[in-house]
Amino acid sequence: METAKITKVAGPVVVAKGLKNAKMYDVVKVSSQKLIGEIIELSKDSATIQVYEETSGIGPGESVFSTDMPLSVELGPGLISSIYDGIQRPLDILKSTRGDFITRGAEAFAIDRKKKWDFEPISKKGDKVIFGDIIGTVQESSIVKHKIMVPYGIQGEIKEIYKDKFTVTDTIALIKDQEGSIHEIKMLQKWPVRRPRPYKKKLPPLEPLITGQRIIDMFFPITKGGTACIPGPFGSGKTVVQHQISKWCNAEIILFIGCGERGNEMTDVLLEFPELIDPYSGKPLMERTILIANTSNMPVAAREASVYTGITIAEYYRDMGYNVALIADSTSRWAEAMREISGRLEEMPGEEGFPAYLGTRISSFYERSGRIKCLGSDDKEGTLSIVGAVSPPGGDLSEPVTQNTLRTVQVFWSLQDKLAYKRHFPAIDWLTSYSLYLSGLTDYYNKKIGEEYMELRNKSMALLQEEAELEEIVRLVGVDALSTHEKLILETARSIREDFLLQNAFDITDSYSSTKKQFLILKLIMMFHENAEKVIENGVTIEKLNALPIKAKIIRAKYIEEKNLKAFSEIEKEIISQVSSTTD
Amino acid sequence: MIKEYLTISDVAGPLIVVEKTIDVKYQELVEIELSSGEIRRGQVLEITEDKAVVQIFEGTTGIDVSNTKVRFLGKVIELPISLDVLGRIFDGSGRPIDDGPQIMAEKKIDINGNPINPYARDYPNNFIQTGISSIDVLNTLVRGQKLPIFSGSGLPHAKLASQIARQAKVLGKEEKFAVVFAAMGITFEEANFFISDFRRTGAIEKSVMFVNLANNPAVERIITPRMALTCAEYLAFEKDMHVLVIITDMTNYCEALREVSAARKEVPGRRGYPGYLYTDLANLYERAGRIKGKKGSITLIPILTMPEDDKTHPIPDLTGYITEGQIILSRELHHKGIYPPINVLPSLSRLKDKGIGLNKTREDHPNVMNQLFASYARGKEAKELAVILGEAALTEIDKKHVKLSDNFEEVFVKQGEDENRTIEDSLNIGWKLLTIIPKEELKRIKDELIEKYLPTDITMEDKDINVVKG
Repeated sequence: METAKITKVAGPVVVAKGLKNAKMYDVVKVSSQKLIGEIIELSKDSATIQVYEETSGIGPGESVFSTDMPLSVELGPGLISSIYDGIQRPLDILKSTRGDFITRGAEAFAIDRKKKWDFEPISKKGDKVIFGDIIGTVQESSIVKHKIMVPYGIQGEIKEIYKDKFTVTDTIALIKDQEGSIHEIKMLQKWPVRRPRPYKKKLPPLEPLITGQRIIDMFFPITKGGTACIPGPFGSGKTVVQHQISKWCNAEIILFIGCGERGNEMTDVLLEFPELIDPYSGKPLMERTILIANTSNMPVAAREASVYTGITIAEYYRDMGYNVALIADSTSRWAEAMREISGRLEEMPGEEGFPAYLGTRISSFYERSGRIKCLGSDDKEGTLSIVGAVSPPGGDLSEPVTQNTLRTVQVFWSLQDKLAYKRHFPAIDWLTSYSLYLSGLTDYYNKKIGEEYMELRNKSMALLQEEAELEEIVRLVGVDALSTHEKLILETARSIREDFLLQNAFDITDSYSSTKKQFLILKLIMMFHENAEKVIENGVTIEKLNALPIKAKIIRAKYIEEKNLKAFSEIEKEIISQVSSTTD
Repeated sequence: MIKEYLTISDVAGPLIVVEKTIDVKYQELVEIELSSGEIRRGQVLEITEDKAVVQIFEGTTGIDVSNTKVRFLGKVIELPISLDVLGRIFDGSGRPIDDGPQIMAEKKIDINGNPINPYARDYPNNFIQTGISSIDVLNTLVRGQKLPIFSGSGLPHAKLASQIARQAKVLGKEEKFAVVFAAMGITFEEANFFISDFRRTGAIEKSVMFVNLANNPAVERIITPRMALTCAEYLAFEKDMHVLVIITDMTNYCEALREVSAARKEVPGRRGYPGYLYTDLANLYERAGRIKGKKGSITLIPILTMPEDDKTHPIPDLTGYITEGQIILSRELHHKGIYPPINVLPSLSRLKDKGIGLNKTREDHPNVMNQLFASYARGKEAKELAVILGEAALTEIDKKHVKLSDNFEEVFVKQGEDENRTIEDSLNIGWKLLTIIPKEELKRIKDELIEKYLPTDITMEDKDINVVKG
């Protein structure tokens, strides 16, 4: 192991001399306290290091030790239900060894070395395997079956494979490659975080990622393998939307990265997820979730690394053939960490002090998403979807992080604080948001949810658009200037907003809507509208329509429980009879 | 053996550069002795093999290059602390200024602190009753929360903060309570207001004050809040106290940070503030909270004056992204004579949902809160419309909402400086206001709650405030 001497300390950036064989992005240990750092610049024999921990008390002359390894994550059974910091140190273990505060130089294995797992082989002796092939499984949590894959770079014939209880470092199989050398296969693998894990090929997205949130699933859907961003000023409910997606979306594995955000939000997730029940499996949500928590007051360099740590773990599960969703809150904090480090390096700044490579980093991060054909001989498919929050300063979307993100992502959920002030949640603006996946998903929706889905959606979007225009007129000349038909449009648009789009994340029933139910609610509203359109031609007034008792039932439709969806057809009948009765 | 250096090479702004240094550490505490014998303190900001950049807290006036002595003390800045700090007043660097004795330290703590392990945190969900309706009902404060007050120059934030400090209590049980107050760059009058208000109400016995006035050194402001929060951590997590920390004015703190950053010739971020402003603020704000298994807690109320009342200015903007909500004061309400001039619509408490409702406050609280927000917002919107088109353009229901929103400001938001309303009182006022609009409009309240709580025996006449207070 090579050692070097520190020559300069400035915040999280340390310069050391004497590392001749160091490579870019190698991990080093700084000073006798063994602070973890990463080489981010090399010139002759001096290396610039970003340190993932507080550097106070460190000075020139102290030693730096090279590990000759890039920053890597540990992969294997035991990841699920864990909570890690930005460089994959398990926070629960740190609490028991170091106390309530995170002190420096703490070390702990990311994956428990002692725990024994029941390894169930799939391959047998004599099988020819290539890397990516699944040779066995381990029940990691009550929901997740962890598939043990042949590590990257190894292929050959299985000489031995064992069935027993093993720790992650025990040998579970022996593979003999073409040169005749024998590889011991263990469940524990490592992968450098800054290098995307390989796959066979990328495929176009096919299915929506159902989130249970009406405005998202019905109006602006994201696909399995897709990318979305949620920019919004503070107080517009970004975090609640992200929590809702990670709670209810129909991915098999959820990675939630709290990147430079509030400590209490992570606590919220930690306390809530074990108690919430996954609607798809009936088991606690924590059984399919991995948390990365690098809160705003934790070291900034580790914040920069946290999104890479997260996405590498996500890719690992994708490679097993799972649908994985990665939620990053917030990518702006990640970008700011880059800016802070770039500033310490005295690099020439680009826009607003952000480094010139901001755009490249953001787009290459989002490009690690996708629906892919995994490595291995069995042609399995996996998806990795990314939902990133963006926190634009002052809510100004023209700032560099938002702009660079919008250039890459396919779905844009635009949060508006003016909706939040009215307590309209989720405060996603229906006029400015978009989803580029919509046309690709039409077939799926029409087949799975209802023939009229697309038509229904487009009609209601058109009404909302018309409402915006009519409101301009109302603002100028007053509501009395409108025709009855126009008043009906305003009324229906309001109903869409309040009875469909508005969704209470804190109500047990309303928090999650199945796509079926979403479709039914919207159908009620549009059915009322269409029937009303017919009767107003006969001179029925808006007031008379609004007074119909059925209106109250439409308002309460979102509180109808999932097991009770039959109730909708009753309401549909009542709409027809009550609306037609107005002409009597 | 502490070495003494006579090797200052540069003095610029609040910074000095010392050459030929040996064995100096990053963030080490520095003492410098001027040729006049005056002692000042500083901290190492950057260190290379033979050079150290030091920021001087008391400013560099009078420092010369040839005769000033520099000593590196081999430790970081520490706060000497024991329970004796209660009832005392210190300057911005932690030296007593109330003519009392020095603190007999039980221990000395590094003022930079360590981040709380997110896994060790306990979620804040104990309702704090401040006695102020617009906070208790609509923007509920809970124990362990960080809830800033966004104010503007000339607005009564000091009054409001001291009212909160005076009245704040958790329903039910008596517990050990303390207030830690940090002032950075405020005027003598404002500091005096707090000190005499605390004396008047006896709160001073349970308080620790750190005061850096407008004419004290600006760079000292960088350590003042750290002193205060270190003190709060000691009281909360070692002495089991519930600590309310009030920090005013964060704007001055950020300006001091900018001054140092500019002197170091760092690449500036927005409006000249350093790129690490977010991280720096987070390191302060995130020290608030609760820890599993500990009795005490830290609730933090930072106050900042928004330059030009602009919420998108970097200081309120970054603060809003870190804190769990914000209380925004409005100049318009202040001009209308409404105290506290809390603008409830853009104000927000992110942690309220876990602290209110059945068994916390009252079962109807969440619904009443949503209804009041929605109706007030609608009334305000209709009022704007009426300005353009005249009252006649409004529908009957809109007119009722306008009436509700006027009354809302007059009887719900407005209250006396010493008026301490219980949460039940505040909710009942809310219900009385809701009688103004037709029952069918109460869409955000569950039917059974309307049945149970909506008063049926009163009718609200125009602006008849007494009826509501009744």
